[in-house]
Amino acid sequence: MTPPDHGAAIDAMADTAGPQAVDELVGLEHSLISVRVALDDDEDVPPEGAVKILRRGLAASPELRVGLRVSLAFAFITAIGRLIVPVLIQLILDHGIVTKAGFDARFTYTACTIGALAIIAFTAMSRITYMRFIRAAEAALANLRVRVFSHIHRLSIAEHTDARKGVLVSRVTSDIETLARFVQWGAMSWILNGTLVILTIMVMLAYSWQLTIVVLVAYSPVVPILRALQRRQLAAYDLTRTRTGELLTELSETVGGAAVIRAYALEGRSRGRLAASIDGVYRAHLKAAKFFAMMFPLGDFFGAVAIAAVTIATAFWGHGWGIDVGKAVAFLFLVNLLLNPVAELSEILDQTQTAIAGWRKVLAVLDVPIEVPEPPDDVARPLPHGALEVAAHHVEFAYRGGDRVLHDVSVTIPAGTHVAIVGETGSGKTTFAKLLCRLADPVSGTVAIGGIDLRSVPAADRRRAIRLVPQDGFLFDTTILDNVRLGRDDATDDDVLAAFVDLGLDGWLARLPDGLQTRVGERGDLLSVGERQLVALARARLADGGLLVLDEATSAVDPETERALSTAMARVSAGRTTVSIAHRLSTAEAADLVLVFADGRLVEQGTHVELAAAGGAYAGLYASWVGNTRTTPQAGLA
Amino acid sequence: MVDVAPDETDEEPRAGALRRGVPVLARYIRTHPGPFAIAVTGSLVFASMAVAGTFVLGDITDHVFTPALKGHRDNHTVMVAVVATILIAAARSVGVVTRRYFAAVTSRRMQVTLRSQIVDRYIVAPLAWLREHPTGELLAHADNDVEVAVEVVNPLPFSLGLISLILFSVVALFLADPILAVIGLTLFPALAFLNRFYTQRVEAPAERVQERVGDVSSVAHESYDGALVVKTLGLEDREVERLRVAAERLRDARIEVGAMRALFEPALDALPNLGIIAILALGGWRVSQGALSEGRLVQVMALFTLLAFPMRVVGFLLEEMPRSSVALRRIDGVLAAPSAPFPAHPVALSPEPLAVEVRGLGFEYVPGEPVLADCSFSIAPGEVVALVGATGSGKSTLCELVAGLVAPGAGTIRLSGVPIEDADPDDRRAAVSLVFQESFLFADTLAENLALGRASSDAVADATRLAQADRFIAHLPAGDATVLGERGVTLSGGQRQRAALARALVRRPRLLLLDDATSAVDPTIEARILAGLRAELATTALIVAHRISTIALADRVLYLRDGRIVANGSHAELLATQPDYAAMVLAYEVSGPPLDRDDDGDDEHEDVA
Repeated sequence: MTPPDHGAAIDAMADTAGPQAVDELVGLEHSLISVRVALDDDEDVPPEGAVKILRRGLAASPELRVGLRVSLAFAFITAIGRLIVPVLIQLILDHGIVTKAGFDARFTYTACTIGALAIIAFTAMSRITYMRFIRAAEAALANLRVRVFSHIHRLSIAEHTDARKGVLVSRVTSDIETLARFVQWGAMSWILNGTLVILTIMVMLAYSWQLTIVVLVAYSPVVPILRALQRRQLAAYDLTRTRTGELLTELSETVGGAAVIRAYALEGRSRGRLAASIDGVYRAHLKAAKFFAMMFPLGDFFGAVAIAAVTIATAFWGHGWGIDVGKAVAFLFLVNLLLNPVAELSEILDQTQTAIAGWRKVLAVLDVPIEVPEPPDDVARPLPHGALEVAAHHVEFAYRGGDRVLHDVSVTIPAGTHVAIVGETGSGKTTFAKLLCRLADPVSGTVAIGGIDLRSVPAADRRRAIRLVPQDGFLFDTTILDNVRLGRDDATDDDVLAAFVDLGLDGWLARLPDGLQTRVGERGDLLSVGERQLVALARARLADGGLLVLDEATSAVDPETERALSTAMARVSAGRTTVSIAHRLSTAEAADLVLVFADGRLVEQGTHVELAAAGGAYAGLYASWVGNTRTTPQAGLA
Repeated sequence: MVDVAPDETDEEPRAGALRRGVPVLARYIRTHPGPFAIAVTGSLVFASMAVAGTFVLGDITDHVFTPALKGHRDNHTVMVAVVATILIAAARSVGVVTRRYFAAVTSRRMQVTLRSQIVDRYIVAPLAWLREHPTGELLAHADNDVEVAVEVVNPLPFSLGLISLILFSVVALFLADPILAVIGLTLFPALAFLNRFYTQRVEAPAERVQERVGDVSSVAHESYDGALVVKTLGLEDREVERLRVAAERLRDARIEVGAMRALFEPALDALPNLGIIAILALGGWRVSQGALSEGRLVQVMALFTLLAFPMRVVGFLLEEMPRSSVALRRIDGVLAAPSAPFPAHPVALSPEPLAVEVRGLGFEYVPGEPVLADCSFSIAPGEVVALVGATGSGKSTLCELVAGLVAPGAGTIRLSGVPIEDADPDDRRAAVSLVFQESFLFADTLAENLALGRASSDAVADATRLAQADRFIAHLPAGDATVLGERGVTLSGGQRQRAALARALVRRPRLLLLDDATSAVDPTIEARILAGLRAELATTALIVAHRISTIALADRVLYLRDGRIVANGSHAELLATQPDYAAMVLAYEVSGPPLDRDDDGDDEHEDVA
């Protein structure tokens, strides 16, 4: 008979929520990071063996080596603490109670006192070692997180695409959380249970090698059966995740399309589809529950088989093997110590796989080379003040692992010129503008600003002199003041205010609820796209920049902000070289020079008037849009 | 990740949680009593068989080990013991499997029940109600909240089985030896108490860990969202410092949880073992007195190991209760959402193009901040009217009101004389088609999106031709059988708008409302669409427009400013009399539409991204 002990605990805990439940009971941490995050983001991560990942991971976080040593100490102490009781049972049964001289009170009480003291001592020691382990492990995780975060920020902008943004965030959040969970529970469980199994078998061997073999043979089928069930269970869990994903998709259609559903009387359709999705989730869950239900009693059942085997072996051959009652009973309790590790095995394997995958992804990020290195001091050359000339010389560019997106672009933009870049989406115009800010380096060719190769310009100079006003005008979730001040650390409140006044934006600022202290919300969402660009322009105004790169907003800006923007633009660009990625015809018309990009090549350059008359790509573009918007009956009034 | 609405657990006093938790459980059990009863039966089988097992263990010691090791083996007894051990273990396993599976059936069925009720609310609740709640929150109610709300069901059969396990064990302990039973009766409550104390102490630090995981995640999100700004302004070091602070705070909170764990876990581990040692010491003496046999002593120790851990699980149900009852309360909040009103005496609408008469119309989303105020206008049957106004002037709201999607705050809307709230909803929705700026298409085939299960293929063909969607559809890889959306083909903005327009036209509306519905369509194509509509479709139309070319196609212009109709007349009149109207339409004219808009000017090279 096998008292369920920890097996029952795992059983009960797992009852409540599946694989994570054990962890939750032990740690009481209900992680915020949903399992559903980043399910399909393991692109371009080379497959490597678990051992290799472990070795590399330890190399990346040396603190973990300390943690590993302490955790081994903890495991030994805890395992020995658990073995005291069965050993004591054997000793007292054989030498205290069932002796030829009858009950030996002195031996019994002495042994019990020593046993109790030992348990207390081991308890104290396990507390100390556990604390040391946790400190080492958590320090390692925190440092790893900071390193990965920092590394990602130093990667070329080519890595920071919209598509990859979520993936990057999950590298420093959910992937590391997976690792944290593993370190706290899974890894500890491997070490502790491994030690416990080895020590238990050693004690068994010390009592009787024959009975040990009997126990191990009787108990061993549990491992392959458990593995087989676990594989099916994992597949079933995958299915529940897929089905839940489908339900969420269906549901977001119902919520997102609420107006359409109501306007077009589509309630019945939605109801039917949702009911099918809900049912799909239900069926998938029950399938998983079936394997889940079967897995847990396995250890208990095979434990009982082992005990039955011990009973038969002891009854028939025990006398000959020199076994006494205490040892036989001790075996009943020692078998019990093997149940817990087996009950946990499938959970740990699952968690380990996830953690190794997470670790692999985290390490892979650290492997991505930093492609835009800052120049060493002996090569660094400062940028001159004032308007800057821009010269691109046979510039080629490709994103990592992608096709060329810029082909042999050569152009010189004299200092102080206002340039508009036009071209269709994907023509390479935005990439070209990014190269001017050194958000990436050309694959070949050079970009020189103010006559100096950008690769030789120190970071501080680049940031002072070259300013980018991005299209979506991202702002940090703080005040307008703080956001503008990011442009120059030492700027006072008055400097910031002056920048707005210079740009003619004091009226706009006055209409905001708290003026400069107005909070802009997440990503600046409390402001419109146009208003966010106003803030970015003020930021640019604050710095003594010689080159301004502006990515115009594509979405409609209301007329008032539109006017404020163009005034501010005109003023901020005075005395600077300005490169605008133009989405509006008016911008191109007003520019000194128009660069036309198509398929990654600079196909035309010249003034608006020249190009419009030249009959090339720009002329076609111009004629088409002008034709469509201005030859309407009222066009004369414009 | 679906956002989880803030957990209010911390405000729940324990006793209150239990008081609220029990009705929650009662509601679940009442809804699905059958599977629950089976699960509880399984649990009882497990409990009784677990205790029975300890008897067998004692008997093995007394009647197999002791005599056999002295050379008096009784084969019959050995066989009985072996068969009993295995049969009892088998029964125990069947009990566990039954409990687990049927507990899952109970909770999953309850999830189906709750989810069906929730989505039904989402389908029938008024649009205004849905809009008060962020999509993430609505999804979380049906996803996460439902999961959490029923989670409490799962440990319930186990807990009920546990109570019987404790009762059986106490009886078995007393049967074995009353004096040893007293040790058990003092130890186990102490264990339960210590465990309670532990979970209470660790609760606050564990919540801090959660908060700080959230903090780390927000810093990372914001920082990578703003990667472009961070790079161009050289803010990397500042950002790394921000994350370092968040990561170290998280680390400290985790260490704090670890410290609690390090304090209590070893103690919880040690207590039952100390109890067994006490049993050994006392038991030795009792055996020497002849008060009990070695076998009974072994049984008592087995009962101790049997009970040691379940004591720790006792608190678990209580742990889950507050979380579940809070989640269920949120769900009940959804279920209490109103249904869109249905007229008492629905009136059918005229089969001709509809007349629209709006009097004193007012609407506000936030009390005190009117979006529309005192709007009055009429549209004659068959008339085409342009609605012009700046962003935020109330155009979309006006369209939704006229379509009957939202109920007016003040004033009346009549469609050919019938007050909109009295119109038969099915008839109204067949007669009035609103086409939105954000063209929402279902992740389904294009054909299904257009016909929506009802229209004939002729009607669809007519509509796609009128919406100038026929040619690009023909160029799609699978024509109108092409699947749209997530895993399917992505249409350009202009193509989506044309498909959405076709979907509206399929229904042969008698009042067509276009809310900037062609904004992403190439102006040449837009002009063809509007000309076609005028020529072929017998309908009244209200068209929200920005471009002069569009406005020019209308019979009349309504000019909306700050929620009020400030002018009503022809385009030329308005240009002459309304300076800000002129400024606005000309501002769009001067800057022109985006040079690189995503729509295709030419059907010959339609892009299918």
